[in-house]
Amino acid sequence: MNFKGRDIVSIKDFTKEEIIHILDVAEKMVPIAAGEEKSELLHGYIMASLFFEPSTRTRLSFEAAMKRLGGNVIGFAQPGTTSIMKGESLADTIRTAESYCDVIVMRHPLEGSARMAAEFASVPIINGGDGAGRHPTQCLLDLFTIRRETGDIEGNKIALVGDLKYGRTVHSLAYALALFKAEMVFIAPPELQMPSEVVDECRKMGVEPEIKHSIDDIEDIDVLYVTRIQKERFPDPEEYKKVAGSYKIDMETIKNAKDSLVIMHPLPRVDEIDPSIDSTKHAAYFRQTFNGVPVRMALLSLVLGVIK
Amino acid sequence: MKELKVQPIKDGTVIDHITPGNALKVLKILGIEGKEGSIISIAMNVVGKRGKKDIVKIENRELKAKEVDKIALIAPNATINIIRNYEVVEKHRVVIPEEIIGIVKCPNPNCISNSNEPIESKFVVVSRNPLRIKCYYCEREPNMDEIDSLII
Repeated sequence: MNFKGRDIVSIKDFTKEEIIHILDVAEKMVPIAAGEEKSELLHGYIMASLFFEPSTRTRLSFEAAMKRLGGNVIGFAQPGTTSIMKGESLADTIRTAESYCDVIVMRHPLEGSARMAAEFASVPIINGGDGAGRHPTQCLLDLFTIRRETGDIEGNKIALVGDLKYGRTVHSLAYALALFKAEMVFIAPPELQMPSEVVDECRKMGVEPEIKHSIDDIEDIDVLYVTRIQKERFPDPEEYKKVAGSYKIDMETIKNAKDSLVIMHPLPRVDEIDPSIDSTKHAAYFRQTFNGVPVRMALLSLVLGVIK
Repeated sequence: MKELKVQPIKDGTVIDHITPGNALKVLKILGIEGKEGSIISIAMNVVGKRGKKDIVKIENRELKAKEVDKIALIAPNATINIIRNYEVVEKHRVVIPEEIIGIVKCPNPNCISNSNEPIESKFVVVSRNPLRIKCYYCEREPNMDEIDSLII
């Protein structure tokens, strides 16, 4: 399997076998990501980190990934200090950045921006989120977390909870889970339920997702993937409070849950998971955050051709 | 073409087998307003061998491939007949290309193709029957019932 020079724009660009390979490489990176082992694997390589939009986890974990492997990082965390403020196009910014680096990681507010950047750049582009669009490295780290926490992706019953309509990262995750034939339950208020095209796509891939509106019965769930319900989706603040409150995960919600239940969240969270959950063994969201580093190490090493 | 209730033309293009009711949209897409001076004949809901259809005849204009692609989006079964001196010299069905470039505007205002970047809009065909296309950049699928309003 050769990833050298490949762009990471959308999870749909990858086969199941390729995803498994990325996760296998990530597994080997864990001790380095944790700082237990030192590595100079990417010594002499430069990653440009172009963040046109705010980010905490994605940007920091990419930079940590590069530096843990002995590589260097250039770039910006906000476009305010660059020629973009003078009206420079993204295409020109990409053509400029690629002459200074070996790989570009970018986040941009417009959907499809990473796909366009990939057309202009000769170095690999890694999409760190394009607006409300795709976020493939999040999807990969979610899959990696499910595998690490439960031993496999297949064979799990995974519930996606919260805003399933607008969060397109959940759409990609549903696609990827269907690829692995995981059982899925979509739990959301009717106005934020998974779009029918995503449900249809899962069906076409041979997975029939269960649609639910309540988090009351989660006894048979292996993984609870919680997402944030955004206030701005509701015209009436009272309605928001009511809906958000009824999807909050607390000790009461999980009282009948499996002992092995894994709770995940891409973070940032507001109050969809009660802090009392944090100290339980179910809480995997901070481990999930850590997993961003080995997964991104794997991607950087693969697209730079240092690992095959 | 005896069954057609409009006169034959000497030179130009006959677009036959247009999805019934879409003839006016075809003219709109071609940018034909009737002020060009040449004769334009429209027949709507004509009963042909394969059921109802619309027909448009445009005198003194031979359609170019890119224009034909545009028609394919709203009338996928249309046939294009190029007429010279009352004879059909070319006849072919419209073909929806694998990639539709610079013809349809992405309906997503947050799509990079609607910004000032030096790129043309680009759509890829998801399925041909029924016709579904998606933006190459943001992957949004336009509603095909409203596709004529998105044609550039």
